[in-house]
Amino acid sequence: MRFEYQIEAGNFTNAGDASSGFKKILKQLNVDPQIIKRIVVSMYEGEVNIVAHSNGGKAICDVDTSRVLIQLIDIGPGIPDIEKAMQAGFSTASAKVREMGFGAGMGLQNIKNNSDILNIQSEVGVGTCVEIIVNLPQS
Amino acid sequence: MKLREIAELLNAEIVCGHTKLEREVQAVFASDLMSDVLTIDSEKLLLLTGLVNIQTIRTSEMSDIKNIVLVRNKKASPEMIALAEENRIVIMQCSYSMYRTCGILFQSGLNPVY
Repeated sequence: MRFEYQIEAGNFTNAGDASSGFKKILKQLNVDPQIIKRIVVSMYEGEVNIVAHSNGGKAICDVDTSRVLIQLIDIGPGIPDIEKAMQAGFSTASAKVREMGFGAGMGLQNIKNNSDILNIQSEVGVGTCVEIIVNLPQS
Repeated sequence: MKLREIAELLNAEIVCGHTKLEREVQAVFASDLMSDVLTIDSEKLLLLTGLVNIQTIRTSEMSDIKNIVLVRNKKASPEMIALAEENRIVIMQCSYSMYRTCGILFQSGLNPVY
């Protein structure tokens, strides 16, 4: 199953709408609540990053019996140094982002902690794709 | 400890979730930084915060946090209340500082997250 959500740049009122919508679907699919939390926390961190740092983007969520794959794709400035961006405390967030309670340089690390696989591809001046995989337990 | 008892201890006003005051709380986390809140994995949690915007509620929704106390006399906006009600989140408001609120709840036996 595949679900797609548009994410608007700079709109902190709606930041989280995509993650909230996908959380409702995961609940309907009877995914374990602890796993839902790991998935939506990761997705929300990525969604806030798109709102905060890009010119807009989308989340593509793909669910099968073995895993949930989320691709957060944006158009924007890109990340010049991904290794540096992964460091705890490193942030380029604006004052507006910090006012909203984010921008502490913890997001990418938190995605890594909550996911089974995290891939980040970025091209400066073009955009970024953050790919998150969370495995589902096999019964 | 029940939310009802917490409201009495803090002299807090219930903003939404009046029917959920028998809900049990086991631990408390206090932060104005939502990035920190998103790292917490704890059940039956109460969030103390002075950050008042829609992302306070969104973060709680994502983190499965069902109980929030706004400190320092901060007031929830109508948008926050609507989103909290949609997610069955209880919001209380109290006039005490973060430090005082933490002190009262800690002294009353509520655990820290770590």
